[in-house]
Amino acid sequence: MNSNQDHANIIVVSDLVKKFKDLVAVDHISFEVKKGEIFAFLGPNGAGKSTTIEMLTTLLQPSSGNMTLNGSDPTRNKDAVRKSFGIVFQDPSVDEDMTAFENMQFHAILYKVPKDVSDHRIKELLEFVELWDRRSDLVKTFSGGMKRRLEVARGLLHHPKILFLDEPTLGLDPQTRNHIWSYVKDISKKENMTVFFTTHYMEEAEKIAERIAIIDRGKIVAIGTVKELKDQTKTDSLEDAFLNLTGRKIRDEEASGMDHLRTMRRMWTRRH
Amino acid sequence: MSTIYILWLRQVKKYFRSRSRIIGSLGQPLLFLLAFGFGLGSVFQRAGEGNYIQFLGPGIIMMSVLFTAVFSGVDLIWDRQFGFLKETMVAPVSRLEIMLGKTLGGATVAGLQGTIVFVLTLFVGFRPENLLLLPVAAVFVFLIALLFTSLGIAIASTLHDMQGFQLIMNFLVMPIFFLSGALFPLQGLPRFMEVITRIDPLTYGIDGLRGALINGSEFGITTDLLVISILTAILLGIGSYLFERIEA
Repeated sequence: MNSNQDHANIIVVSDLVKKFKDLVAVDHISFEVKKGEIFAFLGPNGAGKSTTIEMLTTLLQPSSGNMTLNGSDPTRNKDAVRKSFGIVFQDPSVDEDMTAFENMQFHAILYKVPKDVSDHRIKELLEFVELWDRRSDLVKTFSGGMKRRLEVARGLLHHPKILFLDEPTLGLDPQTRNHIWSYVKDISKKENMTVFFTTHYMEEAEKIAERIAIIDRGKIVAIGTVKELKDQTKTDSLEDAFLNLTGRKIRDEEASGMDHLRTMRRMWTRRH
Repeated sequence: MSTIYILWLRQVKKYFRSRSRIIGSLGQPLLFLLAFGFGLGSVFQRAGEGNYIQFLGPGIIMMSVLFTAVFSGVDLIWDRQFGFLKETMVAPVSRLEIMLGKTLGGATVAGLQGTIVFVLTLFVGFRPENLLLLPVAAVFVFLIALLFTSLGIAIASTLHDMQGFQLIMNFLVMPIFFLSGALFPLQGLPRFMEVITRIDPLTYGIDGLRGALINGSEFGITTDLLVISILTAILLGIGSYLFERIEA
């Protein structure tokens, strides 16, 4: 047994491919994430970030390649993998017609967290994301940022080893963004939890992630710390490094139509 | 078990929270009872078929069960579009449990709706003949609720958005209702109508309910029960199969 290696890397991906008919969404990617690490997938929209997360989290079947998550294969040992991670999806996934507390309770039961443990944990987490006072309110009365915070709290409820965050701050204002990141970093340190997030915000990847994989058109073009990426490309900012590696800018301002809709929806549903 | 329970509870809680939806969904049955019941009542009577409200009551109860059940199933599309489905799909529970919880929840809601409409029919003059058979009536209502919730889930599992919804309404739900014998007696129909009504699963539900409530079954309660039970089992199977294959 190569146990040292197993312990060091909580996520191992090799030669992973996902094809949708003619489109190759994820094109032979390989990478490892260390235990306790904060790891980012940085890339423009449609680069294959979400598709990769969906494969890692058992939602999508890969076309080929291998994955190991906390020692189990997401395509074979689904339940073991599912127990080991928490996730905040790109689009909101809370039930707006239930209260914040009910959303948490629902999650606790799905993940079979014993009631005496879960009651305590729910309180702790809702206090942590500053939503305990609003626990009995229906989620549809929440702002976009509050919903996100609730989703982060929910994702942490069953003490996951890995937390996936798929564009967690898309469409949120900078203040809420910082707020959410400070929670996540705190708890990652406290519980030695691995964080895997995707983003197309340059400064977010630079500030939060310990290591970054730059992904473009389904391929990982470079992987390393910010410093390593800069050294590798002989540039002095992540933005230039990105430009150098992909041959283009990430172009935040040209968000896709879908992102636009998402942002609009969040703005609309912000306040009632 | 706890997974099935929490998914069931979610459906039921949501039902009781949406009072406006409950009240809104009573409008249609009430309209049908008034327009058909009183509008066609005298014609029906003159044709020697007896009291039309008595005949129509079970049909309208089942109509509301049918609509509510299909909607509760199709609700899945909503969960899918608004992302909540993903939350259940990445949880360490089997798809079958999720599907069963959702189906039982939807069926309970449809059954409750049917019960409310039953009370409504009493106000317009419907009178069950044998109160002892009310539990049998409840069985028919619940089975039909289960059958059509499963159908709704089966359909929703293959759709990605609400665009196909109008299609389902016009080419499935409406025909199932109108061609079921909810509004007209099953005897003396032209041959093709006779065939169509006997293919329609709702026909047996309504016939069974008539058997239990007004002692007016055409095929006999046992036959009705048998047909419905088999169909419900088949649709639960199809629903589970299709639900299993969803890629969220």
